Amino acid sequence: MSILIDKNTRVMTQGMTGKVGQFHTTNCIAYANGKNCFVAGVTPNKGGQNFEGVPVYNSVLEAKQQTGATVSVIYVPPPYAAAAIDEAVEADLDLVICITEGIPVHDMLKTRYKMKGKRTLLIGPNCPGLITPDEIKIGIMPGHIHRKGRIGVVSRSGTLTYEAVGQLSALGLGQSSCVGIGGDPINGMKHIDVLKLFNDDPDTDAVIMVGEIGGSDEEECARWIKDNMKKPVVGFIAGVTAPPGKRMGHAGAIISGGQGGADTKLEVMEECGIHIIRNPAEMGRLMQKILNG
Amino acid sequence: MKIHEYQGKELLRQFGVPTPRGTACFTVDEAVAAAQQLGGAVWVVKAQIHAGGRGKGGGVKVAKSLDEVRSAAQQILGMHLVTHQTGKDGQVVRRLLIEEGAQIAKEFYLGMVVDRGTQRVVLLASSEGGMEIEEVAAHQPEKIHKIFIDPAAGLVPAEAAAVAKKIGIPGAAVAETVLVLQGLYRAFVEKDAMLAEINPLVLTATNRVIALDAKFNFDSNALYRHPEVVAYRDLDEEDAAEIEASKFDLSYISLDGDIGCLVNGAGLAMATMDIIKLYGGSPANFLDVGGGATTEKVTEAFKLMLKNPNLKAILVNIFGGIMRCDVVAEGVVAAAKEVHLTVPLVVRLEGTNVDLGKKILADSGLPIISGADMADAAQKVVAAARNK
Repeated sequence: MSILIDKNTRVMTQGMTGKVGQFHTTNCIAYANGKNCFVAGVTPNKGGQNFEGVPVYNSVLEAKQQTGATVSVIYVPPPYAAAAIDEAVEADLDLVICITEGIPVHDMLKTRYKMKGKRTLLIGPNCPGLITPDEIKIGIMPGHIHRKGRIGVVSRSGTLTYEAVGQLSALGLGQSSCVGIGGDPINGMKHIDVLKLFNDDPDTDAVIMVGEIGGSDEEECARWIKDNMKKPVVGFIAGVTAPPGKRMGHAGAIISGGQGGADTKLEVMEECGIHIIRNPAEMGRLMQKILNG
Repeated sequence: MKIHEYQGKELLRQFGVPTPRGTACFTVDEAVAAAQQLGGAVWVVKAQIHAGGRGKGGGVKVAKSLDEVRSAAQQILGMHLVTHQTGKDGQVVRRLLIEEGAQIAKEFYLGMVVDRGTQRVVLLASSEGGMEIEEVAAHQPEKIHKIFIDPAAGLVPAEAAAVAKKIGIPGAAVAETVLVLQGLYRAFVEKDAMLAEINPLVLTATNRVIALDAKFNFDSNALYRHPEVVAYRDLDEEDAAEIEASKFDLSYISLDGDIGCLVNGAGLAMATMDIIKLYGGSPANFLDVGGGATTEKVTEAFKLMLKNPNLKAILVNIFGGIMRCDVVAEGVVAAAKEVHLTVPLVVRLEGTNVDLGKKILADSGLPIISGADMADAAQKVVAAARNK
């Protein structure tokens, strides 16, 4: 019916008492089953307060024990965000979604190292979050552009994900789940991890995969798709026109050392049987064409 | 954030890495005085710009007398140094490094980067010093040796010694090379670097190892905790428009084309550039106004784009999520009025409050061309730029 989250997921917000955390928590609570899903907030030294009826706890562990929340979303400012992830991992949560943009790379290297051998999954950082339409939204995406349905969406970028979703919804193609994995070089779940979940999800028929320049995650994912994916995948890579050596907004979006160019990625993806599209305005229509055979 | 070679060497020395003695200079007289003070019979006069490939471009000269130092400094200071990394106009040389000459027996390559796949810092070492590592990677990949460094243990001496031997460091110099490698790693981690290179690391006739060059690139997200690194910043080496943009928290990259792009979100901004190209146009810039664009930010973004003399049209492409389309529309109208828009403007709005946003644009009386979707908007802006 969806991947990672659904209407029964119970979520805590780390950094809920900050301006950003409050704004987005309000929107998430207002979306679909959000009122039942968002059960706790965590801000050190502010335990005992509440925000819109949601109780605030001093620690992730306390919030988990008191409310049963097993997923957290993080809006903590960059200097403290990696430590917030560490705390959620130590509390043995199922899933952590880190929205924060601008976390130092070396902080993330240490955090990822500490996560080795732990079962907690991480999405982000520097991501819009994830949504299962008409059930639950965890993150900063505009809920109203989504429609419930059977297409999975995974992307490194925020607004480009909205673009893909907007095109699908306009054509009457709803989404099973949409996952923004984030634009940082050192992150949690990658395209391949999300594709595996969509492949196993009985309620996902096809996937739109949106990548961008930098790194080689899309190539790795494409090779996995070639050997394992049972469902059609439409793929777009942003940054065909990006010059080498320039960081295009996202810390991870840079062509360096001759690696990470969009054309190479698209070539590998095409070789692996992904339906690549070079026009970002045509992602939805290509998907429709494939589904109609 | 990049720094100069002489600054990188200063940093390396703090971590116990030997470098030639040298002095940074801003004038020819300073250069001669520095050479005199260093003493010896051979000096190297090195252009200090952030781009690589300086030697091939004529930015590095060996001098065997103070007169030669003077003439080399005269030639290099103020020159437009063109390398494969500067673009065709080159970069003006404003600083020199005057160094004592080194006796070189052999050259090696050392590099350090953050590896995305393994999520570790990786040390790259090669016997092919002085060459571009990309070249070596393409033609002789077996000559690049790597250590994926365990963050808890750090760079352990046994591993460092093993890699030193693999690249051909003689036994007598292995111990000192281990200290160089460990110093490089500590500098990399403690200063939040994204890339560090010592190319070449040289072996002298007396089996000493010395860093003959130093290149660093730091994580801009970590600069808040490194004022000492920020102090190394040289604004002359950066693009003026990009510096201006960063003051307003706009992410801006200058490009060669003639169609200005104003977009929210890095991925959508790249995709917008791509679709312009796809329809036969050429983007003048990458510009991500971010999620919290205000009227002021949008106005500043317009001013930046309009400073480009090649600009022939502007495309605004917004998918409003958190950012409401009505706020963007008000910003666009205010900006268009304030900056006296002289080129065609195409606007595509989608997402939160899109109808209100479109109404604001329509009611403004400004000659704004409306794009129904991304493809329509891109086609219209390419056509507008062509007719201009």
